[in-house]
Amino acid sequence: METMNMAGKAIELDADGHLAHRGDWNEEVARALATQEGIPELTPQHWTVINFMRAVFDKEGDAPSIRRLTKESGVDTKTLYQLFPKGPAKRSAKIAGLPKPKGCI
Amino acid sequence: MRHMLILGGGTAGTIMANKLAAALDERDWRITVVDETEEHYYQPGFLFVPFGTYRMREIVKPRRQYFPGRIKFIVSAIDRIEPEKKTVLLAGGEALRYDVLIIATGANIHPEQTEGLMDEEWGKSKFDFYTPKGAERLGQFFKTWQGGKLILSVTEMPIKCPVAPLEFLFLADAYFTKRGMRDKVDLQLVTPLSGAFTKPTSSRVLGEFLARKGVSVTPDFDLGRVDSKEKKLVAWDETEVGYDVLVSIPTNMGNACIARSRLGNELNFVPTNKETLQAEGLEDVFVIGDATNLPSSKAGSVAHFQADILFQNILEHIDGRPPVAHFDGHANCFIESGFGKGLLIDFNYETEPLPGEFPLPGVGPFSLLQESPINHYGKMMFRWVYWNLLLRGLELPIEAEMSMAGKRVQ
Repeated sequence: METMNMAGKAIELDADGHLAHRGDWNEEVARALATQEGIPELTPQHWTVINFMRAVFDKEGDAPSIRRLTKESGVDTKTLYQLFPKGPAKRSAKIAGLPKPKGCI
Repeated sequence: MRHMLILGGGTAGTIMANKLAAALDERDWRITVVDETEEHYYQPGFLFVPFGTYRMREIVKPRRQYFPGRIKFIVSAIDRIEPEKKTVLLAGGEALRYDVLIIATGANIHPEQTEGLMDEEWGKSKFDFYTPKGAERLGQFFKTWQGGKLILSVTEMPIKCPVAPLEFLFLADAYFTKRGMRDKVDLQLVTPLSGAFTKPTSSRVLGEFLARKGVSVTPDFDLGRVDSKEKKLVAWDETEVGYDVLVSIPTNMGNACIARSRLGNELNFVPTNKETLQAEGLEDVFVIGDATNLPSSKAGSVAHFQADILFQNILEHIDGRPPVAHFDGHANCFIESGFGKGLLIDFNYETEPLPGEFPLPGVGPFSLLQESPINHYGKMMFRWVYWNLLLRGLELPIEAEMSMAGKRVQ
């Protein structure tokens, strides 16, 4: 298992590069993960999405899809892709400290 | 007299009807199946129609031929389910009261969900192979196509039979090679996934297969719209991929009756307990096959394994005991790789597809995640197994629960 130095401590990552333990997450870690994803700054709109992701995960045990984000987070699809280029659902889940969305296999 | 109501007469619904007809006392239970159409298509066969291997009439049979005599079969669209009244309303207004409800309404493609996908070019330069009409149209088109850039586009996950896009490309490679025009055809996969498939080991192996067959992959492509005039796919982030021919796997969604019943998620799939297959929050309602929101594959093999579990749980439930059988997410899929060969993957919620051997008494072993002729025969033989054993709910020599026997852990 890979570990990474973020926000001043070594944090364990899973096989997909997401946090291995949700408990390691805090806002500082989120910013570090965002930088790693090429997002230099988290704006209030980023936080709207991140918080929505976390709330859905807490309730349902999986991160929402992009379709659901568009429908319920109040941020439209186009903007989501500007905020989290190349895959808002996957990237915002990572920054939110959640495992890679299960989607379907 | 109690009433077992099954919505959907496809793979899952038909297996359940057969199993329950054999187990429930006729004096206590009547069983009804409702489906919108009379025809049962062998859906794994759609893949072969564009390449002329199967003709459509070879892969369709009357649904009612597969129901035992005691089953009442109603052909009707479903308006909605009213769980609080334990009632299902049919499109014509008829109300069916149930004691136990099984939702097996499947999934279908929805090209209209993507801007610019379904316009006057649909069926001309843009095709699907997930419907009888779509697969036949594409077969007609290929007969006279002179070559160009063929894009296989997966719009969004989940899709039915997640290996179908890869199989389509493998078979296209073989088909155009045999026609002596492979050098005139550029084959590309455009997918929202980060690679050829979802799980790391199989994604790598299948990705290598695609490369070997000269198929290029554009991963992480989330389709925003299709521009038919310019013949290009445009992602939400404005990256573009051009095409001459687009073979689309459009958004897959559950039946519209699920939305009307307010029982589904954003894609009309029903939130389902991943182990017991009970609908979340509804004690007398069970869900099976493509209709569920489970993180298992939407595939016939999954419906078959789920049926074994659901059958046990329904028997427990009607005797007033809690459901105890647990579905492990088991899927088992043959992957046609062209030129008379195939691969096999066997996996569940926890274990990704691994290489090795798959033991099957009397027939196997099949090779896992490796190409072999026997896997191809397995796939072709499966059509017979499907109509004659599987739909009838008969025992197959393969367990609902995944086994690690023969698998090599990486």
